[in-house]
Amino acid sequence: MRWSAENIQTELEKILPLVQKPGRYTGGELNQVVKDWAAVRTHVVFVFPDVYDLGMSNLGMAVLYDQLNQRPDTWAERAFSPWPDMEAEMRRVGLPLYSLESKHALRDFDIIGFTLPYETLYTNALNTLDLGGIPLFSAERTAEHPLVIAGGHAVYNPEPIHAFFDAFVLGEGEEVVHEIVEAWQSWQQSGAPRRALLEALSRIWGVYVPAFYRPRYHEDGTVAGIERTWEGAPETVQKRIVAKLPPPPANLIVPYVDITHNRVPIEIMRGCTRGCRFCHAGMVNRPVRERPVDEVLTAIEQAIRSTGIEEIGLLSLSSSDYTHVLELVQRATERFAEQHINISLPSMRIESFSVDLMDALQSSRRSGFTLAPEAATERMRNIINKPVSTEQLLETARAIYSRGWHTIKLYFMIGHPSETLEDVQAIADLAKAVREEGRKIIGGRAKVHAGVSTFVPKPHTPFQWVPCDTLEQIRAKQDLLRREMRGKGLKLNWNDPRETMLEAWLSRGDRRLAQVVHGAWRRGAKFDAWHEHFRYGAWLEAFAEAGLEPAFYTHRERSIDEIFPWEHLSTTVRKRFLAQDYMWSQQQKTRLDCRHQCFACGILPTFRGLRMENPGDVWQCPEVKPRNARRGRQGLSLTVLTPAE
Amino acid sequence: MQRVRVHFEKTEAMRYTGHLDLQRAWERLLRRAGLPIAYSQGYNQRPRIQLAAALPLGFTSQAEVVDFWLEEPHPLQELLPRLKTASPPGIRIRRVEEVPEGERRAPALQSLVRSAEYTITLLETVPDLPARVEALLSAESLPRTRRKKAYDLRPLVFSLQILPPDSEGRQRLHTHLSAREAATGRPEEVLSALGIAPHLARVHRTALHYQP
Repeated sequence: MRWSAENIQTELEKILPLVQKPGRYTGGELNQVVKDWAAVRTHVVFVFPDVYDLGMSNLGMAVLYDQLNQRPDTWAERAFSPWPDMEAEMRRVGLPLYSLESKHALRDFDIIGFTLPYETLYTNALNTLDLGGIPLFSAERTAEHPLVIAGGHAVYNPEPIHAFFDAFVLGEGEEVVHEIVEAWQSWQQSGAPRRALLEALSRIWGVYVPAFYRPRYHEDGTVAGIERTWEGAPETVQKRIVAKLPPPPANLIVPYVDITHNRVPIEIMRGCTRGCRFCHAGMVNRPVRERPVDEVLTAIEQAIRSTGIEEIGLLSLSSSDYTHVLELVQRATERFAEQHINISLPSMRIESFSVDLMDALQSSRRSGFTLAPEAATERMRNIINKPVSTEQLLETARAIYSRGWHTIKLYFMIGHPSETLEDVQAIADLAKAVREEGRKIIGGRAKVHAGVSTFVPKPHTPFQWVPCDTLEQIRAKQDLLRREMRGKGLKLNWNDPRETMLEAWLSRGDRRLAQVVHGAWRRGAKFDAWHEHFRYGAWLEAFAEAGLEPAFYTHRERSIDEIFPWEHLSTTVRKRFLAQDYMWSQQQKTRLDCRHQCFACGILPTFRGLRMENPGDVWQCPEVKPRNARRGRQGLSLTVLTPAE
Repeated sequence: MQRVRVHFEKTEAMRYTGHLDLQRAWERLLRRAGLPIAYSQGYNQRPRIQLAAALPLGFTSQAEVVDFWLEEPHPLQELLPRLKTASPPGIRIRRVEEVPEGERRAPALQSLVRSAEYTITLLETVPDLPARVEALLSAESLPRTRRKKAYDLRPLVFSLQILPPDSEGRQRLHTHLSAREAATGRPEEVLSALGIAPHLARVHRTALHYQP
């Protein structure tokens, strides 16, 4: 049956009393955008395929929602995955997944835009399409169906889900969403077949249409080459960037219910100059761009006035590296402390200056102070390019304990390349050494919480060639930690190694995994990121059904000249640069912060023109002087390179 | 310090907001209104906001009451428009008053509530409704169990009657229930006692009665 918005609303009233946290499913929150359905030309729904509580904490989706709703011709709405209790009720009565604002079924929309920040959302994305009554495979969809696209960090290698999406957005969405809407509008007006829409999309910088590419495989399963099936598509799809960050969204939606992060997220800086070799975000979000202090302060002020939310999160990949961080913290505290606003500053560097910053924020000391050394020996920290000396870490710990914190949270990873059990033992030793520093200052109250996750090699990073630990290796390392990390004031957290395997298969997967993702979903896999719902068995069965070997994707060391499934997708950081960095890591050779010295990763040569148009502090890459300007007045025609060239 | 009492309606999607989330909604409302909320002293500073008689999830109400304290006194005629402007969908401000605080601090709002009245709309028709109401009212006692504790619902039901149907022809009931601490009659329990699934009814609180 066809469900109208009114039918959906009526049915909801009967099923909402039967589910947990019904406030997830009602919409109608303060600051949601409502327009006249009939009067708007293009209907877009953004889907975060996880529960509302997480999706509403995601800044990316809020930014795009704000961007598109500024257009009078477009209404952007929201949808999230229903929690299994709600899904059961919806399937019982046949209720399709609907948008929170207008309560229209997903298939009534023109464009469905998925936000996919992590790989373990893939099965939920399929489930969402299924609940929306939309054919799962792109090839099965016709002009009658919505255009289904996806963006976010997990689509820099979208090959394992290529079959389910019509297009992917590589990179930053603020500008490209408008171009996509406009391409859709022209196509709709033209009445041309659906293929014409895909062709138009593939001409937009940053948009990848998987149907126009086909990989060939060697007998051993590695990729032999990637061919275009249509010559009009670009040979390599270049990620999109915005040269200058637009002001952050001010009118964030205020949920009725408690969500994962009850805070207003304000991005102060995008990208990171540190170059940690394991870090996907650090590689794919280059170049580093900062928002001016005044713009951030204005955004905080507006957010308080429009939302009243009690916490502001100043987000970036490395807060301490924001050029004017001290000024920002001092001015923000001065202006907003009286209103009982809590300002949080995540991702601090391991140095005593971070303690000064946290002190200035007068933040709560109850939750502990977080440091992320990632590895416990200096050798290993050189390999991953996070060079911090152990002495510096202990000195920072002393500063933290002596300024009133009782708990230090330390984040580590096991499974780094060339890691031995001695390196793992060092994690326990370092945690105890930190506790010891605390005991000298505050005695028995000193606590250390170690969060030890398992490293998963990510595409487009210097570690994209390295094998991931096997289940047995991970278990042996975790056993060691559990044995060694006993005692007063010590706490250890770790991940289920089977969940790590799933992330590892999908991260560097190829197109053949689409069958596995589909097979796992058919066997009931969903909410894979939730321990209580994760079904390892369903995934193994799906691999067997597809005739694929999971270990091929995880435990194999790739040769340096291997063609990757994502070879035709470019983050602009060159493969040559990544390969050199990988080899440097094997020699424990570190790279400095690239603010101080440009290593020519590929960003600046490619985006030379954009850098020239945006001089000064806006980017942290070195300035580019127009070549002709040096010659004097004549010939001031600048060559501005666009990625298409 | 000024103690302010606001009478408000809780409707729309706000009805799925639980007691703690409603408390937070008020904190955010007052911050948007730019009013200086008073905070409790001590290690864990909480805004001084008190809601009367928690409304079960899913119920609407035209008789909600909140008390909060402001650091500096504000004239009531100024407060009303500011609160109205800052209200989220689902909170409608009816009236604002000042609660005088004498030598002894006035008791917590929660402890003053005595009884509550509700209108219940049935989403699916119950043909023998009059007989069921009659049976409930004539019962000597209505033994029920809630959270593993046995109690008698009958003395908590002060009245129960059938109202004329609403504009869409749906059956309606009115009930007046005790709402003292440890002696609270719940509309969903009354519905269960009538043999009606609570999720197939819409419950609206029409009045709260306080100790005079």
